[in-house]
Amino acid sequence: METILSGIIQGLKLFFYGDATLWQIIGVSAQVSGIALLISAVIGIPLGALLGLTRFPGRRMIQAMIYTGMGLPPVVVGLAVYLLISNNGLLGPLQQAWIPKLFTVEAMIAAQVIIAAPLVIGYTMSAVGEVSPNLRLQVRSLGATRVQVLGTTLREARRGVLVALIGGFGSILSEVGAVMMVGGNIEGSTRVMTTAILLETRRGNFELAIGLGIVLLGMAFLINLSAAQLQGKGY
Amino acid sequence: MTPAYQLTNLSKSYAGRQVLNIDHLEIHPGEILAVIGPSGAGKSTLLRILNFLESPDSGKVYFQGQPVNYHKIPLEVRRMVTTVFQNPALLSGNVGSNLQFGLRLRGLKDGHRDVDEMLERLGLTSLRRSPAHTLSGGEAQRVALARALILKPTVLLLDEPTANLDPYNVEMIESVIRGINQTHQTTIVLVTHNIFQARRLADRVALLLNGEIVETADTQTFYKNPCDSRTRGFIRGEMVW
Ligand SMILES: Nc1ncnc2c1ncn2[C@@H]1O[C@H](COP(=O)(O)OP(=O)(O)OP(=O)(O)O)[C@@H](O)[C@H]1O
Ligand SMILES: [Mg+2]
Repeated sequence: METILSGIIQGLKLFFYGDATLWQIIGVSAQVSGIALLISAVIGIPLGALLGLTRFPGRRMIQAMIYTGMGLPPVVVGLAVYLLISNNGLLGPLQQAWIPKLFTVEAMIAAQVIIAAPLVIGYTMSAVGEVSPNLRLQVRSLGATRVQVLGTTLREARRGVLVALIGGFGSILSEVGAVMMVGGNIEGSTRVMTTAILLETRRGNFELAIGLGIVLLGMAFLINLSAAQLQGKGY
Repeated sequence: MTPAYQLTNLSKSYAGRQVLNIDHLEIHPGEILAVIGPSGAGKSTLLRILNFLESPDSGKVYFQGQPVNYHKIPLEVRRMVTTVFQNPALLSGNVGSNLQFGLRLRGLKDGHRDVDEMLERLGLTSLRRSPAHTLSGGEAQRVALARALILKPTVLLLDEPTANLDPYNVEMIESVIRGINQTHQTTIVLVTHNIFQARRLADRVALLLNGEIVETADTQTFYKNPCDSRTRGFIRGEMVW
Protein backbone atom coordinates (compact mmCIF):
# COMPACT_ATOMS: atom_id res chain seq x y z
CA MET A 1 0.00 0.00 0.00
CA GLU A 2 2.71 2.43 0.95
CA THR A 3 4.63 1.57 -2.16
CA ILE A 4 1.65 2.35 -4.30
CA LEU A 5 0.93 5.65 -2.55
CA SER A 6 4.48 6.88 -2.72
CA GLY A 7 4.63 5.58 -6.24
CA ILE A 8 1.71 7.77 -7.21
CA ILE A 9 3.21 10.80 -5.51
CA GLN A 10 6.59 10.22 -7.07
CA GLY A 11 4.95 9.60 -10.41
CA LEU A 12 3.06 12.88 -10.27
CA LYS A 13 6.26 14.69 -9.25
CA LEU A 14 8.14 13.22 -12.19
CA PHE A 15 5.36 14.30 -14.49
CA PHE A 16 4.95 17.83 -13.24
CA TYR A 17 8.65 18.57 -12.70
CA GLY A 18 9.25 17.53 -16.28
CA ASP A 19 11.49 14.53 -15.74
CA ALA A 20 13.65 14.18 -18.84
CA THR A 21 13.45 10.38 -19.13
CA LEU A 22 9.70 10.37 -18.66
CA TRP A 23 9.12 13.03 -21.29
CA GLN A 24 11.49 11.42 -23.73
CA ILE A 25 9.49 8.19 -23.48
CA ILE A 26 6.21 10.05 -23.88
CA GLY A 27 7.66 11.70 -26.97
CA VAL A 28 8.56 8.39 -28.59
CA SER A 29 5.10 6.99 -27.82
CA ALA A 30 3.37 10.01 -29.29
CA GLN A 31 5.59 9.93 -32.35
CA VAL A 32 5.17 6.22 -33.06
CA SER A 33 1.44 5.99 -32.43
CA GLY A 34 0.73 9.41 -33.91
CA ILE A 35 2.42 8.62 -37.22
CA ALA A 36 0.90 5.13 -37.26
CA LEU A 37 -2.54 6.65 -36.77
CA LEU A 38 -1.95 9.20 -39.50
CA ILE A 39 -0.95 6.50 -41.97
CA SER A 40 -3.88 4.33 -40.89
CA ALA A 41 -6.25 7.24 -41.41
CA VAL A 42 -4.92 8.06 -44.86
CA ILE A 43 -5.27 4.43 -45.90
CA GLY A 44 -8.24 3.44 -43.80
CA ILE A 45 -10.78 6.24 -44.23
CA PRO A 46 -11.02 6.16 -48.05
CA LEU A 47 -10.79 2.37 -48.10
CA GLY A 48 -13.45 2.02 -45.43
CA ALA A 49 -15.74 4.42 -47.31
CA LEU A 50 -15.23 2.52 -50.54
CA LEU A 51 -15.86 -0.86 -48.93
CA GLY A 52 -18.92 0.48 -47.18
CA LEU A 53 -20.48 2.10 -50.22
CA THR A 54 -19.60 0.16 -53.35
CA ARG A 55 -20.82 -3.28 -54.34
CA PHE A 56 -18.44 -5.64 -56.09
CA PRO A 57 -17.80 -9.37 -56.11
CA GLY A 58 -15.65 -10.48 -53.20
CA ARG A 59 -16.75 -7.59 -51.01
CA ARG A 60 -18.12 -9.84 -48.24
CA MET A 61 -14.86 -11.75 -48.25
CA ILE A 62 -12.82 -8.59 -47.81
CA GLN A 63 -15.19 -7.36 -45.12
CA ALA A 64 -14.75 -10.60 -43.19
CA MET A 65 -10.99 -10.19 -43.45
CA ILE A 66 -11.20 -6.63 -42.14
CA TYR A 67 -13.35 -7.70 -39.20
CA THR A 68 -10.81 -10.39 -38.39
CA GLY A 69 -8.07 -7.78 -38.65
CA MET A 70 -9.87 -5.62 -36.11
CA GLY A 71 -9.17 -8.20 -33.44
CA LEU A 72 -5.58 -9.07 -34.23
CA PRO A 73 -3.53 -9.73 -31.09
CA PRO A 74 -0.68 -7.16 -31.10
CA VAL A 75 1.85 -9.82 -30.13
CA VAL A 76 0.97 -11.83 -33.21
CA VAL A 77 1.29 -8.73 -35.38
CA GLY A 78 4.65 -8.08 -33.75
CA LEU A 79 5.73 -11.63 -34.48
CA ALA A 80 4.64 -11.41 -38.10
CA VAL A 81 6.45 -8.12 -38.68
CA TYR A 82 9.49 -9.51 -36.89
CA LEU A 83 9.56 -12.52 -39.18
CA LEU A 84 9.15 -10.31 -42.22
CA ILE A 85 11.84 -7.74 -41.56
CA SER A 86 14.47 -9.56 -39.52
CA ASN A 87 17.76 -10.18 -41.30
CA ASN A 88 16.90 -13.76 -42.16
CA GLY A 89 13.22 -13.03 -42.65
CA LEU A 90 11.22 -12.70 -45.84
CA LEU A 91 11.79 -9.04 -46.67
CA GLY A 92 14.78 -8.21 -44.51
CA PRO A 93 17.45 -9.62 -46.84
CA LEU A 94 16.17 -7.50 -49.73
CA GLN A 95 17.86 -4.48 -48.12
CA GLN A 96 15.38 -2.03 -49.64
CA ALA A 97 15.09 1.46 -48.23
CA TRP A 98 11.33 1.15 -47.71
CA ILE A 99 11.66 -1.94 -45.53
CA PRO A 100 12.12 -0.81 -41.94
CA LYS A 101 14.93 -2.27 -39.88
CA LEU A 102 14.17 -4.33 -36.81
CA PHE A 103 14.37 -2.45 -33.48
CA THR A 104 13.70 0.94 -35.01
CA VAL A 105 10.87 3.41 -34.63
CA GLU A 106 9.91 2.74 -38.26
CA ALA A 107 9.39 -0.96 -37.55
CA MET A 108 7.15 -0.09 -34.61
CA ILE A 109 5.13 2.27 -36.77
CA ALA A 110 4.70 -0.44 -39.40
CA ALA A 111 3.43 -2.91 -36.81
CA GLN A 112 1.02 -0.38 -35.32
CA VAL A 113 -0.36 0.50 -38.73
CA ILE A 114 -1.22 -3.18 -39.17
CA ILE A 115 -3.08 -3.07 -35.86
CA ALA A 116 -4.85 0.27 -36.32
CA ALA A 117 -5.67 0.29 -40.04
CA PRO A 118 -8.25 -2.54 -39.89
CA LEU A 119 -9.95 -0.77 -36.99
CA VAL A 120 -10.12 2.51 -38.91
CA ILE A 121 -11.33 0.71 -42.04
CA GLY A 122 -13.92 -1.35 -40.17
CA TYR A 123 -15.41 1.49 -38.14
CA THR A 124 -15.44 3.80 -41.18
CA MET A 125 -17.15 1.08 -43.19
CA SER A 126 -20.01 0.79 -40.74
CA ALA A 127 -20.19 4.56 -40.21
CA VAL A 128 -20.76 5.32 -43.90
CA GLY A 129 -23.18 2.40 -44.08
CA GLU A 130 -25.40 4.26 -41.63
CA VAL A 131 -25.82 7.24 -43.93
CA SER A 132 -29.17 6.77 -45.65
CA PRO A 133 -29.04 5.58 -49.26
CA ASN A 134 -31.73 8.14 -49.98
CA LEU A 135 -29.39 10.95 -48.97
CA ARG A 136 -26.62 9.59 -51.16
CA LEU A 137 -29.01 9.47 -54.09
CA GLN A 138 -30.06 13.06 -53.39
CA VAL A 139 -26.42 14.14 -53.30
CA ARG A 140 -25.82 12.53 -56.67
CA SER A 141 -28.94 14.10 -58.05
CA LEU A 142 -27.62 17.50 -57.01
CA GLY A 143 -24.70 16.93 -59.33
CA ALA A 144 -22.03 15.23 -57.25
CA THR A 145 -19.32 13.15 -58.88
CA ARG A 146 -18.46 9.76 -57.41
CA VAL A 147 -15.65 11.24 -55.38
CA GLN A 148 -17.91 14.05 -54.16
CA VAL A 149 -20.54 11.53 -53.08
CA LEU A 150 -17.85 9.67 -51.16
CA GLY A 151 -16.60 12.86 -49.54
CA THR A 152 -20.09 14.05 -48.61
CA THR A 153 -21.00 10.66 -47.17
CA LEU A 154 -17.83 10.71 -45.07
CA ARG A 155 -18.72 14.18 -43.86
CA GLU A 156 -22.20 13.03 -42.89
CA ALA A 157 -20.62 10.06 -41.10
CA ARG A 158 -17.94 12.14 -39.38
CA ARG A 159 -18.92 11.12 -35.87
CA GLY A 160 -18.42 7.50 -36.81
CA VAL A 161 -15.14 8.33 -38.51
CA LEU A 162 -13.99 10.15 -35.38
CA VAL A 163 -14.85 7.06 -33.35
CA ALA A 164 -12.81 5.06 -35.85
CA LEU A 165 -9.78 7.27 -35.28
CA ILE A 166 -10.13 7.28 -31.51
CA GLY A 167 -10.56 3.52 -31.50
CA GLY A 168 -7.49 3.09 -33.65
CA PHE A 169 -5.38 5.45 -31.57
CA GLY A 170 -6.47 3.89 -28.30
CA SER A 171 -5.57 0.45 -29.51
CA ILE A 172 -2.02 1.33 -30.52
CA LEU A 173 -1.21 3.79 -27.77
CA SER A 174 -1.91 1.14 -25.17
CA GLU A 175 -0.58 -1.96 -26.91
CA VAL A 176 2.64 -3.45 -25.70
CA GLY A 177 3.09 -6.73 -27.59
CA ALA A 178 4.00 -5.43 -31.01
CA VAL A 179 6.22 -2.53 -30.00
CA MET A 180 8.08 -4.79 -27.60
CA MET A 181 8.63 -7.41 -30.27
CA VAL A 182 9.80 -5.24 -33.14
CA GLY A 183 11.07 -2.23 -31.19
CA GLY A 184 13.00 -4.09 -28.56
CA ASN A 185 12.42 -1.53 -25.80
CA ILE A 186 15.78 0.15 -26.33
CA GLU A 187 16.37 2.94 -23.87
CA GLY A 188 16.43 6.36 -25.48
CA SER A 189 15.26 5.18 -28.86
CA THR A 190 12.46 2.60 -29.03
CA ARG A 191 11.26 2.63 -25.46
CA VAL A 192 7.63 3.73 -25.27
CA MET A 193 5.24 4.20 -22.36
CA THR A 194 3.84 0.69 -22.31
CA THR A 195 7.14 -1.12 -22.65
CA ALA A 196 8.67 1.21 -20.06
CA ILE A 197 5.90 0.45 -17.59
CA LEU A 198 6.50 -3.24 -18.12
CA LEU A 199 10.23 -2.94 -17.56
CA GLU A 200 10.16 -0.52 -14.65
CA THR A 201 7.57 -2.60 -12.81
CA ARG A 202 9.70 -5.66 -13.24
CA ARG A 203 12.69 -3.75 -11.86
CA GLY A 204 10.65 -2.52 -8.93
CA ASN A 205 10.80 1.09 -10.14
CA PHE A 206 7.19 1.84 -9.39
CA GLU A 207 7.53 5.62 -9.49
CA LEU A 208 8.33 5.82 -13.18
CA ALA A 209 5.88 3.04 -13.98
CA ILE A 210 3.06 4.79 -12.17
CA GLY A 211 4.01 8.17 -13.59
CA LEU A 212 3.81 6.73 -17.08
CA GLY A 213 0.57 4.94 -16.26
CA ILE A 214 -0.96 8.23 -15.18
CA VAL A 215 0.18 9.94 -18.38
CA LEU A 216 -1.22 7.11 -20.47
CA LEU A 217 -4.57 7.34 -18.74
CA GLY A 218 -4.54 11.12 -18.94
CA MET A 219 -3.82 11.08 -22.65
CA ALA A 220 -6.64 8.63 -23.30
CA PHE A 221 -8.97 10.81 -21.26
CA LEU A 222 -7.99 14.00 -23.08
CA ILE A 223 -8.45 12.42 -26.48
CA ASN A 224 -11.91 11.19 -25.59
CA LEU A 225 -12.82 14.50 -24.01
CA SER A 226 -11.86 16.48 -27.09
CA ALA A 227 -13.72 14.02 -29.24
CA ALA A 228 -16.82 14.48 -27.11
CA GLN A 229 -16.38 18.25 -27.37
CA LEU A 230 -16.15 18.09 -31.15
CA GLN A 231 -19.25 15.94 -31.36
CA GLY A 232 -21.12 18.35 -29.15
CA LYS A 233 -20.30 21.19 -31.53
CA GLY A 234 -21.87 19.21 -34.31
CA TYR A 235 -18.59 18.68 -36.09
CA MET B 1 -38.81 21.40 -81.21
CA THR B 2 -36.57 18.64 -79.85
CA PRO B 3 -38.28 16.90 -76.93
CA ALA B 4 -36.59 17.18 -73.55
CA TYR B 5 -37.01 13.45 -73.15
CA GLN B 6 -38.19 10.67 -75.36
CA LEU B 7 -38.71 7.21 -73.88
CA THR B 8 -39.48 4.17 -75.96
CA ASN B 9 -40.14 0.57 -74.91
CA LEU B 10 -38.61 1.27 -71.56
CA SER B 11 -38.76 -1.41 -68.90
CA LYS B 12 -37.40 -1.81 -65.40
CA SER B 13 -37.63 -4.73 -63.01
CA TYR B 14 -36.58 -5.25 -59.44
CA ALA B 15 -35.79 -8.81 -58.44
CA GLY B 16 -37.67 -10.18 -61.43
CA ARG B 17 -40.75 -8.03 -60.83
CA GLN B 18 -41.50 -5.52 -63.53
CA VAL B 19 -42.24 -2.08 -62.10
CA LEU B 20 -42.02 0.02 -65.27
CA ASN B 21 -43.09 -0.76 -68.80
CA ILE B 22 -43.44 2.38 -70.87
CA ASP B 23 -44.10 2.08 -74.61
CA HIS B 24 -43.72 5.72 -75.30
CA LEU B 25 -43.42 8.94 -73.36
CA GLU B 26 -42.37 12.35 -74.53
CA ILE B 27 -41.60 15.29 -72.31
CA HIS B 28 -41.62 18.68 -73.97
CA PRO B 29 -39.07 21.35 -73.12
CA GLY B 30 -40.44 24.04 -70.85
CA GLU B 31 -43.59 22.19 -69.92
CA ILE B 32 -44.91 21.05 -66.59
CA LEU B 33 -45.84 17.42 -66.94
CA ALA B 34 -47.70 15.92 -64.01
CA VAL B 35 -47.34 12.20 -63.47
CA ILE B 36 -50.14 10.84 -61.35
CA GLY B 37 -50.91 7.34 -60.27
CA PRO B 38 -51.47 5.17 -57.23
CA SER B 39 -48.81 4.22 -54.74
CA GLY B 40 -46.37 1.68 -56.13
CA ALA B 41 -47.18 2.58 -59.74
CA GLY B 42 -43.52 3.30 -60.46
CA LYS B 43 -43.53 7.11 -60.35
CA SER B 44 -40.39 7.51 -58.26
CA THR B 45 -38.64 4.84 -60.29
CA LEU B 46 -39.43 6.81 -63.45
CA LEU B 47 -37.92 9.94 -61.92
CA ARG B 48 -34.74 8.08 -60.96
CA ILE B 49 -34.38 6.97 -64.56
CA LEU B 50 -35.02 10.50 -65.86
CA ASN B 51 -32.37 11.79 -63.44
CA PHE B 52 -29.89 9.17 -64.71
CA LEU B 53 -29.61 7.73 -61.21
CA GLU B 54 -30.71 4.33 -62.33
CA SER B 55 -30.60 2.63 -65.70
CA PRO B 56 -33.56 0.97 -67.41
CA ASP B 57 -33.27 -2.75 -68.17
CA SER B 58 -34.21 -2.19 -71.78
CA GLY B 59 -35.55 0.47 -74.07
CA LYS B 60 -34.25 3.79 -75.25
CA VAL B 61 -34.08 7.14 -73.57
CA TYR B 62 -33.30 10.28 -75.55
CA PHE B 63 -32.37 13.41 -73.69
CA GLN B 64 -32.55 16.58 -75.77
CA GLY B 65 -32.47 14.45 -78.86
CA GLN B 66 -29.38 12.48 -77.88
CA PRO B 67 -29.57 8.79 -76.97
CA VAL B 68 -28.56 8.29 -73.33
CA ASN B 69 -25.88 5.76 -72.57
CA TYR B 70 -26.54 5.02 -68.92
CA HIS B 71 -23.05 3.65 -68.36
CA LYS B 72 -21.40 6.85 -69.42
CA ILE B 73 -23.27 10.04 -68.81
CA PRO B 74 -21.26 13.24 -69.03
CA LEU B 75 -21.21 15.25 -65.83
CA GLU B 76 -22.51 18.37 -67.64
CA VAL B 77 -25.56 16.39 -68.73
CA ARG B 78 -26.17 14.96 -65.27
CA ARG B 79 -25.96 18.45 -63.84
CA MET B 80 -28.74 19.71 -66.09
CA VAL B 81 -31.24 17.59 -64.19
CA THR B 82 -32.04 17.48 -60.52
CA THR B 83 -34.68 15.88 -58.32
CA VAL B 84 -36.37 16.98 -55.15
CA PHE B 85 -37.05 13.67 -53.47
CA GLN B 86 -40.20 12.43 -51.83
CA ASN B 87 -38.64 12.83 -48.39
CA PRO B 88 -36.48 15.93 -48.05
CA ALA B 89 -32.99 14.50 -47.61
CA LEU B 90 -31.16 17.40 -46.02
CA LEU B 91 -27.52 17.36 -45.12
CA SER B 92 -26.38 18.01 -41.58
CA GLY B 93 -25.44 21.63 -41.18
CA ASN B 94 -27.72 24.61 -41.44
CA VAL B 95 -30.21 25.81 -44.02
CA GLY B 96 -27.72 28.12 -45.70
CA SER B 97 -25.12 25.42 -46.19
CA ASN B 98 -27.76 23.10 -47.61
CA LEU B 99 -28.62 25.73 -50.19
CA GLN B 100 -24.96 26.19 -51.10
CA PHE B 101 -24.32 22.48 -51.41
CA GLY B 102 -24.95 22.06 -55.13
CA LEU B 103 -23.09 25.27 -55.93
CA ARG B 104 -20.07 24.03 -54.00
CA LEU B 105 -20.15 20.75 -55.91
CA ARG B 106 -19.83 22.85 -59.06
CA GLY B 107 -16.94 24.82 -57.63
CA LEU B 108 -19.01 27.99 -57.36
CA LYS B 109 -17.82 29.52 -54.13
CA ASP B 110 -19.74 32.76 -54.02
CA GLY B 111 -23.40 32.18 -54.60
CA HIS B 112 -24.39 34.33 -51.66
CA ARG B 113 -26.71 36.56 -53.61
CA ASP B 114 -28.48 33.57 -55.11
CA VAL B 115 -28.79 32.03 -51.67
CA ASP B 116 -30.26 35.22 -50.22
CA GLU B 117 -32.70 35.50 -53.07
CA MET B 118 -33.78 31.88 -52.85
CA LEU B 119 -34.23 32.04 -49.08
CA GLU B 120 -36.38 35.10 -49.54
CA ARG B 121 -38.42 33.47 -52.24
CA LEU B 122 -39.30 30.45 -50.11
CA GLY B 123 -39.80 32.36 -46.88
CA LEU B 124 -36.71 30.88 -45.27
CA THR B 125 -34.66 34.02 -44.58
CA SER B 126 -35.06 33.85 -40.81
CA LEU B 127 -34.09 30.18 -40.81
CA ARG B 128 -30.78 30.64 -42.63
CA ARG B 129 -28.69 29.58 -39.65
CA SER B 130 -31.05 26.95 -38.30
CA PRO B 131 -29.66 23.41 -38.19
CA ALA B 132 -31.42 21.28 -40.78
CA HIS B 133 -32.54 18.70 -38.23
CA THR B 134 -34.56 21.28 -36.31
CA LEU B 135 -36.83 22.19 -39.23
CA SER B 136 -40.49 21.31 -39.52
CA GLY B 137 -41.65 19.11 -42.36
CA GLY B 138 -42.86 22.05 -44.44
CA GLU B 139 -39.69 24.04 -43.85
CA ALA B 140 -37.50 21.07 -44.74
CA GLN B 141 -39.46 20.53 -47.93
CA ARG B 142 -39.01 24.19 -48.88
CA VAL B 143 -35.27 23.98 -48.19
CA ALA B 144 -35.02 20.90 -50.40
CA LEU B 145 -36.82 22.76 -53.18
CA ALA B 146 -34.68 25.88 -52.77
CA ARG B 147 -31.51 23.77 -52.85
CA ALA B 148 -32.55 22.37 -56.22
CA LEU B 149 -33.84 25.64 -57.71
CA ILE B 150 -30.68 27.55 -56.93
CA LEU B 151 -28.90 25.32 -59.46
CA LYS B 152 -31.18 26.61 -62.22
CA PRO B 153 -31.61 23.12 -63.68
CA THR B 154 -32.83 22.63 -67.22
CA VAL B 155 -35.05 19.84 -65.94
CA LEU B 156 -36.53 19.76 -62.47
CA LEU B 157 -38.02 16.53 -61.19
CA LEU B 158 -40.36 16.88 -58.24
CA ASP B 159 -41.47 13.83 -56.29
CA GLU B 160 -44.51 14.70 -54.20
CA PRO B 161 -43.22 18.17 -53.31
CA THR B 162 -46.20 18.99 -51.11
CA ALA B 163 -47.16 15.68 -49.55
CA ASN B 164 -48.33 16.11 -45.95
CA LEU B 165 -48.07 19.88 -46.00
CA ASP B 166 -50.55 22.49 -44.85
CA PRO B 167 -52.34 24.78 -47.34
CA TYR B 168 -49.94 27.66 -46.64
CA ASN B 169 -46.90 25.61 -47.62
CA VAL B 170 -48.70 24.01 -50.55
CA GLU B 171 -49.62 27.37 -51.98
CA MET B 172 -46.16 28.83 -51.55
CA ILE B 173 -44.47 25.84 -53.16
CA GLU B 174 -46.95 25.73 -56.02
CA SER B 175 -46.45 29.38 -56.81
CA VAL B 176 -42.67 28.98 -56.75
CA ILE B 177 -42.91 26.00 -59.11
CA ARG B 178 -45.10 27.99 -61.47
CA GLY B 179 -42.75 30.98 -61.24
CA ILE B 180 -39.58 29.04 -62.01
CA ASN B 181 -41.27 27.38 -64.97
CA GLN B 182 -42.34 30.73 -66.37
CA THR B 183 -39.19 32.75 -65.80
CA HIS B 184 -36.60 30.10 -66.68
CA GLN B 185 -38.62 27.83 -68.98
CA THR B 186 -37.58 24.98 -66.71
CA THR B 187 -38.93 21.63 -67.81
CA ILE B 188 -40.72 20.17 -64.80
CA VAL B 189 -41.93 16.67 -64.14
CA LEU B 190 -44.21 16.73 -61.15
CA VAL B 191 -45.13 13.49 -59.45
CA THR B 192 -48.18 13.86 -57.28
CA HIS B 193 -51.00 11.88 -55.72
CA ASN B 194 -53.07 15.00 -55.75
CA ILE B 195 -55.16 15.21 -58.91
CA PHE B 196 -56.18 18.76 -58.06
CA GLN B 197 -52.59 19.87 -57.77
CA ALA B 198 -51.85 18.29 -61.13
CA ARG B 199 -54.75 20.21 -62.60
CA ARG B 200 -53.64 23.48 -61.05
CA LEU B 201 -50.03 23.28 -62.22
CA ALA B 202 -49.58 21.03 -65.20
CA ASP B 203 -49.66 21.69 -68.92
CA ARG B 204 -50.07 17.98 -69.52
CA VAL B 205 -50.89 15.04 -67.30
CA ALA B 206 -49.85 11.41 -67.55
CA LEU B 207 -51.46 8.58 -65.66
CA LEU B 208 -49.17 5.77 -64.59
CA LEU B 209 -50.78 2.49 -63.53
CA ASN B 210 -48.77 -0.62 -62.66
CA GLY B 211 -45.76 0.78 -64.46
CA GLU B 212 -47.62 1.58 -67.65
CA ILE B 213 -48.61 4.94 -69.04
CA VAL B 214 -52.35 4.67 -69.48
CA GLU B 215 -52.91 8.09 -70.95
CA THR B 216 -51.08 11.33 -71.57
CA ALA B 217 -53.03 14.40 -72.51
CA ASP B 218 -53.36 18.16 -72.17
CA THR B 219 -54.61 18.99 -68.74
CA GLN B 220 -57.92 20.21 -70.15
CA THR B 221 -58.52 17.07 -72.16
CA PHE B 222 -57.24 14.80 -69.41
CA TYR B 223 -59.81 16.00 -66.94
CA LYS B 224 -62.71 16.90 -69.22
CA ASN B 225 -62.52 14.34 -71.93
CA PRO B 226 -60.16 11.46 -71.20
CA CYS B 227 -59.87 8.58 -73.65
CA ASP B 228 -59.26 5.76 -71.24
CA SER B 229 -61.92 4.52 -68.87
CA ARG B 230 -59.26 3.98 -66.25
CA THR B 231 -58.39 7.67 -66.41
CA ARG B 232 -62.04 8.54 -65.87
CA GLY B 233 -62.10 6.19 -62.92
CA PHE B 234 -58.95 7.64 -61.45
CA ILE B 235 -60.00 11.27 -61.66
CA ARG B 236 -63.39 10.47 -60.21
CA GLY B 237 -61.56 8.92 -57.30
CA GLU B 238 -63.02 5.50 -57.93
CA MET B 239 -59.67 3.86 -58.02
CA VAL B 240 -58.55 2.42 -54.72
CA TRP B 241 -55.11 3.79 -53.83
N1 LIG C 1 -34.73 -0.43 -55.06
C1 LIG C 1 -35.83 -1.21 -55.18
N2 LIG C 1 -35.75 -2.54 -54.97
C2 LIG C 1 -36.84 -3.31 -55.09
N3 LIG C 1 -38.05 -2.86 -55.38
C3 LIG C 1 -38.21 -1.55 -55.59
C4 LIG C 1 -37.12 -0.65 -55.49
N4 LIG C 1 -37.56 0.59 -55.74
C5 LIG C 1 -38.87 0.46 -56.00
N5 LIG C 1 -39.27 -0.81 -55.91
C6 LIG C 1 -40.63 -1.30 -56.14
O1 LIG C 1 -41.07 -0.76 -57.36
C7 LIG C 1 -42.42 -0.41 -57.30
C8 LIG C 1 -42.59 1.03 -57.72
O2 LIG C 1 -41.98 1.85 -56.73
P1 LIG C 1 -41.99 3.43 -56.80
O3 LIG C 1 -41.28 3.91 -55.62
O4 LIG C 1 -41.50 3.86 -58.11
O5 LIG C 1 -43.56 3.73 -56.68
P2 LIG C 1 -44.29 5.14 -56.56
O6 LIG C 1 -45.24 5.21 -57.68
O7 LIG C 1 -43.31 6.22 -56.44
O8 LIG C 1 -45.10 4.95 -55.21
P3 LIG C 1 -45.44 6.05 -54.08
O9 LIG C 1 -46.55 6.87 -54.63
O10 LIG C 1 -45.88 5.24 -52.92
O11 LIG C 1 -44.21 6.83 -53.82
C9 LIG C 1 -42.88 -0.68 -55.89
O12 LIG C 1 -43.61 -1.87 -55.88
C10 LIG C 1 -41.61 -0.84 -55.10
O13 LIG C 1 -41.77 -1.78 -54.09
MG1 LIG D 1 -42.73 7.46 -54.92
